[in-house]
Amino acid sequence: MRAAAQRAITAWSWISSLLLVGAVAAVIGFLLVKSLPALNPRLIFGSTPVLEALLLRAPVLDGLWPAMAGTCFLVVTAVGLALPLGIGAGIYVAEYSRGRLKQGLTLLFDLLAGIPSIVVGLFGFSLTVFLHHHLSPRIYPSLLVSALALAFLVLPYLIRGTQAALENLPARIRVIAPALGATKMQNIFRVLVPQALDGILSGVILAIGRCAEDTAVIMLTGAVASAGLPKSLLGSFEALPFYIYYISSQYMNPKELRQGYGAALILLIVCAALFAVSLLLKNLLAQRLRVR
Amino acid sequence: MPSERWMHGALAAAAFLSATAAVTIFIIMAALGWPILRDGHLLQVLTGPWLPLRHQYGIGAMILGTLWVAGLALGLAVPISLGCAAFIQTTGPRGLGGLLKHLVQLMTGIPTVVYGFVGIFLLVPLVRDVFGRGSGLSILAAGVMLGLLIAPTLILFFVEGLAAVPRAHRLAVSALGGTPVQQLVYVLLPQAWRAILAGLVLGFGRAVGDTMIALMIAGNSVAPPASILDPARTLTAHIALIVAADFDSPEFRTLFVCGLTLYALTSLGVVAMRRLATKHLEAP
Repeated sequence: MRAAAQRAITAWSWISSLLLVGAVAAVIGFLLVKSLPALNPRLIFGSTPVLEALLLRAPVLDGLWPAMAGTCFLVVTAVGLALPLGIGAGIYVAEYSRGRLKQGLTLLFDLLAGIPSIVVGLFGFSLTVFLHHHLSPRIYPSLLVSALALAFLVLPYLIRGTQAALENLPARIRVIAPALGATKMQNIFRVLVPQALDGILSGVILAIGRCAEDTAVIMLTGAVASAGLPKSLLGSFEALPFYIYYISSQYMNPKELRQGYGAALILLIVCAALFAVSLLLKNLLAQRLRVR
Repeated sequence: MPSERWMHGALAAAAFLSATAAVTIFIIMAALGWPILRDGHLLQVLTGPWLPLRHQYGIGAMILGTLWVAGLALGLAVPISLGCAAFIQTTGPRGLGGLLKHLVQLMTGIPTVVYGFVGIFLLVPLVRDVFGRGSGLSILAAGVMLGLLIAPTLILFFVEGLAAVPRAHRLAVSALGGTPVQQLVYVLLPQAWRAILAGLVLGFGRAVGDTMIALMIAGNSVAPPASILDPARTLTAHIALIVAADFDSPEFRTLFVCGLTLYALTSLGVVAMRRLATKHLEAP
């Protein structure tokens, strides 16, 4: 291999790394610069006193507070719905299924993970309309529908996280409790799951991040531009990512646009932090298992 | 502990209930889109033009739009991702490579709506000024942003593939006096091609499935695109735009064909990926 070709390949790897870092820096830097003037408590609470808003005594009319609260409710409901199912399925796949059954199950979970979120949204929307016509006219796109659809979306993350964490446990941890006479179930819940907890949690946090950032599902299933704080599971709601999308096409004045930049920065920070924590937990588990 | 049997049943129920999710979504889509499939209009819908006023509801232009945008994103992201993976794994200084890997891992957490938002206000005006044509909402702008979105997925897959090559092989090259670049070209890449191909498939699937970037910055025109400076509408954006229509209208029915097409595309990708790299089934 000629020296020139080698130099060219090395140069290309440097150039592409710089391009990537430059592009990310441009995205984040642009957001920072544009949202800096808007970064103050008024961005979130508008003209309502902060304490009043936090105690839910006064509505926030011109801040991000309702959208942030909506996203929180949404995430808690969606992950709450998906959590028992996802972790249970993960344990089953890792500890009970073998051979063809396991292959079939993981294939279906992979297919579910591959479905684009807009298709999940369309599914949720169509099902709601269908039920509205045929079951009860009180069924509308709402927080509950969005949460259910999002639960479908993040189920694979929970299953894979749990499965991977359990399967990576070394055999020496696996055999101790059965050797002392524990049943399979005791081994799973008293030894294996606690040992794999960081890995399982890492999957849960990843799922929270996906719920918080997804826009395509909620824009079809109940998110609206102005609803105030979510009042019930069956009502429409505001959410941070939908607000960002809405502002990008419908902003009326520079102030609203600045709020959009602020919202984008907040969402970026929240999601990046969640991913960082998820990664950290995963690394912690790997390290702990290596050391012992 | 509750009885062993009872818990086993509960876990199995959770697994099978989760497993039916993917099937349920498919069945509901197929059932609601059935009138079109039954009447034999499928080919017409898949290839025809979108002219609602003349009662023609073809999604051909959207399929083309999806392929253009995703193709451009992949075309931009793959060479850069290969370069970055090489930098992380062999050619870069070790400290810098590790740093880049951490940055890339964090990049997977950037929400797509944020990319779309920055795309509208930073990239679109740039495209408009540089090419001096139209509004700047174009396949080019969407492709660049989408490329940035899928690059971390590709890079992490490539890095994992390169790292899976046995250490002994790399040491053998070094022992023969080979440079890191020779190691990369003659040993790592030939052995890691399956992982690299799997990464391509996964990246393409993510690009096809993303909604927000194309919806916000590709321009959403229903005319078939002829160049990367043209605006285009992807299948995903089309679903988002048309959902507001009447539920029983023919427009709405064609959405299920869009949904099924997307479902089929991504499922093909999943199956191909499982074939290629059974060991690399990490969550993206």
